[in-house]
Parts: sequence; structure tokens; C-alpha cells
Amino acid sequence: MTAKLERLSTAIDAALGDKVASSTAALGQLTVVVDAADYLASARILRDSPELRFEQLVDLCGIDYSTYGDGRWEGRRFAAVSHLLSVTHNWRVRLRTFAPADDFPVVDSLVNVWPSANWFEREAFDLFGIMFAGHPDLRRILTDYGFIGHPFRKDFPISGNVEMRYDPEQKRVIYQPVTIEPREVTPRIIREDTYGEAGRG
Amino acid sequence: MAEIRNYTMNFGPQHPAAHGVLRLVLELDGEVITRADPHIGLLHRATEKLAENKTYVQSLPYMDRLDYISMMCNEHAYCLAVERLLEIEIPLRAQYIRVMFDEITRILNHLLFLATHALDIGAMTVFLYTFREREDLLDCYEAVSGARMHAAYYRPGGVYRDLPEEMPKHLPSPYRSAKEIARLNERREGSLLDFIERFTETFPRRVEEYETLLTDNRIWKQRTVGIGVVSPEEALARGFTGPMLRGSGVEWDLRKKQPYEVYDRVDFDVPVGVNGDCYDRYLVRMEEFRQSNRIIRQCIDWLRANPGPVIVEDHKVAPPSRVAMKSNMEELIHHFKLFTEGIHVPPGEVYAAIEHPKGEFGIYIVSDGANKPYRLKIRSSAFTHLSAMDFLATGHMLADVVAIIGTVDIVFGEVDR
Repeated sequence: MTAKLERLSTAIDAALGDKVASSTAALGQLTVVVDAADYLASARILRDSPELRFEQLVDLCGIDYSTYGDGRWEGRRFAAVSHLLSVTHNWRVRLRTFAPADDFPVVDSLVNVWPSANWFEREAFDLFGIMFAGHPDLRRILTDYGFIGHPFRKDFPISGNVEMRYDPEQKRVIYQPVTIEPREVTPRIIREDTYGEAGRG
Repeated sequence: MAEIRNYTMNFGPQHPAAHGVLRLVLELDGEVITRADPHIGLLHRATEKLAENKTYVQSLPYMDRLDYISMMCNEHAYCLAVERLLEIEIPLRAQYIRVMFDEITRILNHLLFLATHALDIGAMTVFLYTFREREDLLDCYEAVSGARMHAAYYRPGGVYRDLPEEMPKHLPSPYRSAKEIARLNERREGSLLDFIERFTETFPRRVEEYETLLTDNRIWKQRTVGIGVVSPEEALARGFTGPMLRGSGVEWDLRKKQPYEVYDRVDFDVPVGVNGDCYDRYLVRMEEFRQSNRIIRQCIDWLRANPGPVIVEDHKVAPPSRVAMKSNMEELIHHFKLFTEGIHVPPGEVYAAIEHPKGEFGIYIVSDGANKPYRLKIRSSAFTHLSAMDFLATGHMLADVVAIIGTVDIVFGEVDR
């Protein structure tokens, strides 16, 4: 851990106190996990604390952890991950919170802390079905008008469920179930740690 | 008395000034905008989902298709993210090539920004001028990668191949006289670096030409000065990056503040605006032309003096040479495994951001140790800039919406992903 990252880590621990559920530094980046109940309060502290001053929310996205490591994941399914940037101190942090319920994931909205969260949260809602409590305008953003489902969830097929075509008899565009099968050209493989070592074939 | 009614109007999705497939629902009070609601997603291709189902190398060409006018910068962020997860250091020559092509891309992007922005506001001529220079730069793309746009030139571990020794020339053609072809080929004598150097010699004069057309132009100033003013605090809170942030007077450039590759070894200045309006953002981008030109010249000098490898030797990441593959069993296996199974990336997560011509472009990869990313998130600057559309346009006249769309410099491949 570099000196700067260490300083950032200490400053965050001091400012957030016991709100930090876990804090890890890897690959030169700091990840702070907070409980969903402390999420909004932590975000405010991160923005307002003079030692931290994260003025910018650079990115916010949803993640569906359900098939992580081919089923070795034991935590909650949905997470909202945001990347914060401080222009004053020139440092970044990754803030993650897991939605408490898997079947109806809800986390607090950060729109009132950083206005730039608005569309990012709409996107995470659209693609993952994560609800953001307190968001002023939680509409779908990227998918079609009237789209059903949340396409970036791991149980949503990559080919989708419906396709669109022009029906010459009805003289209009109709939706019908997809006629193609999803296929995988290159299989997804996770090698065990000892793969390729001498004597193990 | 006549009843006064507010109008709701659709701007786009097929409007020449909408820069692609933007559907903008405008609520108008007379000619004044009271609310602007952009509807996006008409070009949504689920790049992130597709990348989860492709190996790391297979996903790379998708990056070209995000912001399809600054192709190599998108690839750059993706390669950086993969390299940071793999914890590999790429050869110095590859870093210089990447920096040089990033700056070429920046010029390409700003040329198109200038052309379309001016065209939207009514200045046709600039378009014709900038496309003359874009042609030369796209030829550089073609010379290194074989493709004018979707290059797929940067690879995890370096760049696909070294710069060509010879710049391709125009061939005899029934549509051009031999004299004309000889004149065109005159600038193409020598290597690619010679060609780029000749370009950098003439380019500052070209920028002067654009400035002559626009900077003191009365109509241009009437359409841009005081339009879409953003205060520095507001720009930060709205997530603005790149020229949009610098136009508001915040000195923030990732190339200086969080340098990647060899940006800490080259000399350049960061222009900032004062008023935060469309005119200042235009001036910032004009100055970036000159600074990019400076960086390219420094890279050319270094690249001339320092030959060397351009991609890592680790054949778990980068393919072996064709000759080695055809003559060596070990390399053949590496080649086969790399292209059938792909790179195995250790578990972890990383966010890599670069100073894209439009702002901060970031790739966030979550890996669980497989040969495909578990989650890939593309952070595009245009998405955030467009989300501030309502804030920027409210209170302005209808005609100013066109100037504001021009100044945020959006490309829908990147907004919709």
C-alpha cells in the first residue's frame, strides 16, 4: 500500500468510524463496503468531511453477484458500486453496498448528495432492477419503452426473450418470442490455483 | 383573450443536430425551454453484457464501437484495466505509441466536435476544413491497424504491431492523373513517423485557420458566449469531466493529475476556461489541439531514437510471433490456448480511467478468475454530460439547445453503450 492510499484509508476510517463494514486496498485502489442502512449517511460524510472531500461521483453501477466464481458466492446478490473522486485531494475510493433483500433489492438514492447519480441510478434500476429509495424519477433509461425484465441480471438470457418484426398481415410491428438459441462459442472457465503445476497433469 | 399554452416538442431522434439518436422531449413556454428530458437508449447494444460472454481479447473490438470518433482512447482504458488486473508492465515503446495515438485521437475527436458544432450553429465552412485534416489522421490509423475507424490496435500487453516503416501510397487510378497522384504521394515518402511529423508541422497553421473563421466571428460569439454557463461547483457536482470541467475553470486533467503511460514524461499545458460557457469550452478545445500537437512531436522524437518491443513477451497475455508459432511447439500451444480460451485474469476488481477527448472514460472490471470478465462497466463521460441537459438547457431559447448539444460533444455509441 502506498503512503497516499494509507493516508486515505486512515482518513476514511476516522471519518466513517464503525460504519465501515470492510475496507480493502488492492491494485492501488481502496474499496469501502458499508451497510445499506449507513449508505446515505456515509456518502454525505465522504463528500462533506474536509479531510476527504469527494466532490464528484464519477460512476455508479449495479452488480449481480449470483453466479460469481461459478456459484461460490455466499453474500447478498445485488450491490451498488460507486466510484468517488476528490479533485481537491486527488484521490479515489470505491464505495459498495449490498441490497439487503435479494428478491426486492432496495438501497438509498444518492441523488441528493451528488446530482450526477441521477442517471446512473436509473441505469442500475433499468438493467438490474435495483430500487433506489428517494430517487425523484426512477424510470427506465436504456431499454425500450415497455421492456419487461432486467437484462443485466445473470439469469436473463443474452439473446433476450422477445424479438421484434414487421407483420405484413397485421400491418404493424409485433413482438414475438425469440427464435434463436443462446450459444456460447468460448466456454467460461475458472482454473483452480494449482492448474499447470508440475505433477498435477 | 387567447389561451396561452405550453408546448411539448420532440427534438429527434432523427434530427441532424441531435448528433445521433437522441430523442429530446422539450417543454416550451413560448420559445423558452422549461424542461428538457433526453430519452436515450435507442442505440443500446448491451456492450457490457456482451463482454461478460466474450473473452478479454474478443471484447476489445467492442470498445472501438463505443465512442466511434475516438476509437483508440476507448481501447486504451480497456487495456489499462486488464493490464492492472494482470499486474503487468508494458514496454516503454508501446507506451509512447499509445500516447501518440491517444493524442492523434484527441485531435480527430476535436476536429469532428468543431465541425459539427459549427455546422449546427450555421457555420458550414469549418466542416470542410476539418475533414481535410481528419483524412490525414485516419490514414495514420489505417497505416498502423489496417482499419480507418475500428482499429483494434491496442491490445492488453501493448499494441498489436510496431509502426510501419513505410507509409502506404496512393495507387495509379483511372480517376486521377499521374501528376495528381505524384503530388499526393509526395507527402507520403518515408515512414509513418515522417508522415505524422509533416502533419504536426502544418497543423498549427490549420488551427489558426479555424480560429480565423470562428474565434472573433460575431455570429459565432452571439451563439456561444453566455450559453450553457456552468459554475465550477455545479460542474463538479454534476460529474463533469474533461473539457466540460476545464471550461468552467477547474484545472483537472488526468494526464497531469493521475498520469498513466508516459504522460509524466512529456511536456504540455492544460488550458482552462473562465466563464464556463460554450465559447470557453470551444476555446479550451482549440488550445488542446495545439497541446496535443506538442505531445505528438515529443513522441515522434522519442520513437525515432528508441526502437524496441511493442508488446509484452508473456505469451499467456500476448500472442507469440507467427514465425515462432510455426517453428516452436511451445509457442504453438500458447497461440492455440490464447485464442481458444483467452487470458485468465486473477480475481479482483479495478477501475481504470483515462483522459478521453470528451472527459473521463473509465472501465470497471470485476473478475472472478475466469477467462471472461464477471462484470464490465463502461463509464462514459458523454452519459453524465447528457444527464445534465435539463440543467443546461432550462431557461435558454430553443435555438440554444443546438449549441448546448454541440458543446457537450456527445456520441451515442458511448451514451447508450
